[in-house]
Amino acid sequence: MEKVIHVEGLYAKYDDTEILHNVSFSAFKGEITVIIGGSGSGKTTILRHLLGLIPVEKGYVSLLGKDISGLPEKEMNDMYHQMGVFYQNGALMTSLTVGENVAMPLIHQSNLPKPLIEDIVRMKLGLLNLEKAYDLYPSQLSGGMLKRVALARAIAMDPPLIFCDEPGAGLDPVSLESLDNLILNLRDQLGISVIMVTHEISSILRVADRVVFLNQGKVLFEGSRKEALVSEVQEIKDFFSVLRTDHIRQT
Amino acid sequence: MKPVNRHKARQILETKNTSCRLEENTLFISGQLRVNAAGDFTRAVLKEFRAYGFPEITINLKELDDIDSAGVTALFYVKRKLSAKISGIRIEGGSANINRKIELFSSEIPIEKKPEEAFEITEAVGTETYKFITSYLYGFLLLTADTLYWAAADLFRTKTTREGEFVNQSVNIGVNAALIIIIMSYAIGFVMAVQSAQYLRDFGANIYIVDLVVIGIMSQMGPLITGVLVAGRSGSSIAAEVATMRVTAELDALKTMGLEPVRYVVVPKLYASLFTIPLLIILSNVSGIAGGASAAFYSLDITPEIFINRMAGVMQNKDLLTAFVKSQVYAVIIVLTGAFYGFRVEKGAEGVGKVTTQAVVVSISLVILADSLMAVLFY
Repeated sequence: MEKVIHVEGLYAKYDDTEILHNVSFSAFKGEITVIIGGSGSGKTTILRHLLGLIPVEKGYVSLLGKDISGLPEKEMNDMYHQMGVFYQNGALMTSLTVGENVAMPLIHQSNLPKPLIEDIVRMKLGLLNLEKAYDLYPSQLSGGMLKRVALARAIAMDPPLIFCDEPGAGLDPVSLESLDNLILNLRDQLGISVIMVTHEISSILRVADRVVFLNQGKVLFEGSRKEALVSEVQEIKDFFSVLRTDHIRQT
Repeated sequence: MKPVNRHKARQILETKNTSCRLEENTLFISGQLRVNAAGDFTRAVLKEFRAYGFPEITINLKELDDIDSAGVTALFYVKRKLSAKISGIRIEGGSANINRKIELFSSEIPIEKKPEEAFEITEAVGTETYKFITSYLYGFLLLTADTLYWAAADLFRTKTTREGEFVNQSVNIGVNAALIIIIMSYAIGFVMAVQSAQYLRDFGANIYIVDLVVIGIMSQMGPLITGVLVAGRSGSSIAAEVATMRVTAELDALKTMGLEPVRYVVVPKLYASLFTIPLLIILSNVSGIAGGASAAFYSLDITPEIFINRMAGVMQNKDLLTAFVKSQVYAVIIVLTGAFYGFRVEKGAEGVGKVTTQAVVVSISLVILADSLMAVLFY
């Protein structure tokens, strides 16, 4: 299968604290790869490396088959055209309406005529059940709607790859499930590859094709969701044990 | 209408990955119709068909390899645009994959545009006036009442704000403004004296340069320069600080912790301004007179001794009193205007910039207006 992301022997330090230690993993086309791990395990640092926000100092990171370490700014910008990023709290421009927010990548990265951009934006908002939000400002939206607008902006350019940074943070279980379903739809209908950083167990169970488990900056496990659930690694057992106790309580 | 050979295939678009040709009344699209080509495609097709009158056309997709959401939207956009002139437009021949995407992205978009409201000048004037009175004036009075109430109530209580806040704000508003005020006042005092020296010399009234500088600086320029500079420096920073706190919900946090935002944020700034602006005015007066004295020395040969002797006769206690009253009025204007606009912020980052500008413009204007009013009242 085609690799969309390949990380090999990645190290990262913040001052003298080592955050990532010899991290290697891959993500494949058309799959949802979930990077999990407790707080401080280095998930966000990996994501920031993948997005080119932190330069790679030691190790190898490739996106869509291209080595991104030391990539000149112009080529990195071309890479950005091929990926969408869904930030934890939306990172929408507060002074722009929902429609203008979603139109932003289309306006700046393509030469589409204005009315066509408006049609595309309305269609994308329609796909995410946000038709009515077009003229609203981010401050007028609920948490779940904000997330969907952020997702609409991430897929505005139909990128082959999207990154989601804790998409479920701060959502109620019902909204979380519908967001997960939207992400599954993106994979199934558009064949988009998704890299998701999360620690929502319910989300992992619903969407993950592949799981990368991080603990204190090291990859303890990489494999399918099924393999992760039966893994004998103690840290992973602990991570999923919350789920088992939940289950016992229910029964 | 251009003459056209309808039977010959015509290439109407040729880009790296996409091409489009017209055969009879069928439009063949081949390659990929993706976001980077959709714009060119739309423009080329609309341009092509603007000139021709086909009764019907078919858009054939059998040579199309790939399409994305922008491509599908472009197809439907073109179809919608042309349907006014061409009655039958069919889209056909796409592979299963392409048809699936067309189905996915062609969801009929309910376009709800706000109806344009008719503009009535009288109505607009009325609405704006009403809004000005109910929103601006009322809000400003409310904030003034609140601030002055808490300022009076907390005068001898120290627990209601952060420790050291008064000193902190005094440094921000007063000490940090001292240097610029000294330099500006010196320059203005100097220029005032240099400009008038020539005329006084013509009349042989050299010594009156002292009266001119001292009265001019003490009663007008000193307080005014200070007011305008502090309004520009601190008015903006107060507005930006309050606005940012509001945008990031810090004000809500204060409220839910049981701290009145006005009391916690605005009152210490008011105390600091009330305390430091009179001192700044004194600095400004001294520096302005020093500027005038040095100009008098250089252009009219009036030595500092003569200047100071004459000055003692010219100075009036009233000038000191009016300067003090002005300083207190300016302090209230600057702090309240900054806070007022800060509290009115809307829509995040851009809003902060907007209210900051408004706060500076309005507080400088109010300072100048208040100065004129007091000048009329006191003389």
